[in-house]
Amino acid sequence: MAPTCVCISTPGPAQNNGPHQCLSLWRGSSPHQDAPRAHQLRRNFLTCLSSWKAPPRIPRSSQSEALLNIANNGLPYAPLQTFTEEEMMLKRTVERFAQEQIAPLVLTMDENSKVEKSVIQGLFQHGLMGIEIDTIYGGTGASFFSSVLAIEELAKVDASVALFCDLQNTLINTLIMKHGTEEQKATYLTKLATEEIGSFCLSEAGAGSDSFSLKTRADKKGDYFVINGSKMWISHAEYAGLFLVMANVDPTRGYKGITCFLVDRGTEGLHIGKPENKLGLRASCTCPLTFDNVKVPEANVLGQIGHGYKYAIGMLNKGRVGIAAQMLGLAQGCFDYTIPYIKERVQFGTRLFDFQGLQHQVAHVATQLEAARLLTYNAARLAEAGRPFIKEASMAKYYASEIAGRTTSKCIDWMGGAGYVKAYPVEKYFRDAKIGTIYEGTSNIQLNTIAKHIDAEY
Amino acid sequence: MAELRALVAVKRVIDFAVKIRVKPDRTGVVTDGVKHSMNPFCEIAVEEAVRLKEKKLVKEIIAVSCGPAQCQETIRTALAMGADRGIHVEVPAAEADRLGPLQVARVLAKLAEKEKVDLVLLGKQAIDDDCNQTGQMTAGFLDWPQGTFASQVTLEGDKVKVEREIDGGLETLRLKLPAVVTADLRLNEPRYATLPNIMGAGPKASASGNGSADVAPMEAGCRRLGQGRPVNRGLPCAESQEEED
Repeated sequence: MAPTCVCISTPGPAQNNGPHQCLSLWRGSSPHQDAPRAHQLRRNFLTCLSSWKAPPRIPRSSQSEALLNIANNGLPYAPLQTFTEEEMMLKRTVERFAQEQIAPLVLTMDENSKVEKSVIQGLFQHGLMGIEIDTIYGGTGASFFSSVLAIEELAKVDASVALFCDLQNTLINTLIMKHGTEEQKATYLTKLATEEIGSFCLSEAGAGSDSFSLKTRADKKGDYFVINGSKMWISHAEYAGLFLVMANVDPTRGYKGITCFLVDRGTEGLHIGKPENKLGLRASCTCPLTFDNVKVPEANVLGQIGHGYKYAIGMLNKGRVGIAAQMLGLAQGCFDYTIPYIKERVQFGTRLFDFQGLQHQVAHVATQLEAARLLTYNAARLAEAGRPFIKEASMAKYYASEIAGRTTSKCIDWMGGAGYVKAYPVEKYFRDAKIGTIYEGTSNIQLNTIAKHIDAEY
Repeated sequence: MAELRALVAVKRVIDFAVKIRVKPDRTGVVTDGVKHSMNPFCEIAVEEAVRLKEKKLVKEIIAVSCGPAQCQETIRTALAMGADRGIHVEVPAAEADRLGPLQVARVLAKLAEKEKVDLVLLGKQAIDDDCNQTGQMTAGFLDWPQGTFASQVTLEGDKVKVEREIDGGLETLRLKLPAVVTADLRLNEPRYATLPNIMGAGPKASASGNGSADVAPMEAGCRRLGQGRPVNRGLPCAESQEEED
């Protein structure tokens, strides 16, 4: 016997998002189509996992807006969570886009390890892949902070989608905007803003944290460079149309021979391997690449020969703030999902949230989230202001990724059994968070960087 | 053909997903620091206007909002969706609370005449007061025909065909322009403002004006005596069982 739906709807204006979804899982599917066991679970949870008034996919703190102020309220020393009007509108739009267009697809994308075309198209259509690119190239012409906000909002829904936005904006676009010739910018920036995904190829099987020990060679042959070697852990290689390849033109000069090459997808000799089967960020494909006598014209060298290592370091600094934003959004999204649950679930005649032990844990996690947010926003504003921000960026990435792991783990604890099953999104946040402490500079590397700066300060 | 001009009224309301809390003194609901956004039905109205403009049937779209300074945000959203100009009829925050459909309708009627528009578009009702009166009253003041609860709008030369959702089903009217149309849920699906449009809305906003100087001061005809939660009738609903904070 199918469970009957006990819902009381208020007579009144139809909600913009259609009939109310009572007892609906985060899948977004009709409640009566799911497996019987899920029905059983939901009968006990009732409204815990979705209030019949507010759709489950848009849980939010009622205080979240209290902190967001428009910059022109005349304060000489504005709080860090102060946005310009454009940044505010951008944040709202991305939030809505993520909730309405991405959220329903998150589960399938994770299960199939494949991002939906409509999501990528949506990112491009909304200008999210060319946030800082100048409008003359078809980009959005917004600030770096806007990128950070966009990445954070996307990560609240799906960290894999946020990664597409992050890598494109903070790595690919930044490299070309900063070091590209006018011709290269004209050739690539418009495409990157409107339809083409870029892939950044630095890591190799033998060169991870020690990236400068990369072995991929680029030998000069007349007007061409011939690239031979292999890369590993390359994000989005399966969808990318442009590859930014770091190869060494002169291994005798050590890392001072590393040069950045722009390689188009169809180039002969470029082989893209099978995507890895990962723990998290499954919708974002990660592939090995092989370069088998790949001929690249001299005109496709980005910047100066032998300066590739400088570009890589320089741009990874901003990249760190982007990753911090991703981890921050991920942790916040997980937290936002969990709190309404523990406010409704009752055990021993008491709401879970009313147990002081739990309140302390929640407060602890919330404080860490706030700290991570401030670190990230401050690093972003410092970068925008053109001030030194490397130490702060490292701190932000390190802290945000570490607490993302802790937050998601705690959220699973608070959700109990529900946190452990794939029917609810919390376990996905937990799996996705793990990579945060590893990629774009492991936590140990970040700590090294921070210590190095402290050493220089004193 | 695109000589028609449209006025779209947009209202800033508490976001539909926010949990509403009644103020402790029961004079209203908490609005401080609470997320506000454009009324969903107003969004649909703006979207319809923008679609008509894209079909080259409408030449200019003017977005209007009555209320405190924060209404500028709502107008900017309309600009980002595709409106050309915005008019903010500024009402001090203290009076804004008593602003009702009658006052707004007077304002809209005056603006519609002043701007010489051919079409006034509104959402059918606002999600905060559910009045469903402003559009009808505006048409009354202007003595224009009205097509309310529109689920389809087709411009035909100097007439507009409006398909309305009524209790008995669907009713189709043909109105002579100028006319007032209010948007219902199924009229269209509003677009997102793309980032480039959001960035472009800034310059449009600064070029827009403030309309309060031309409009007569309003006196509120009604005064709210109190506001509270519905009484618990013992029904199995988690919302009504919650303690008031």
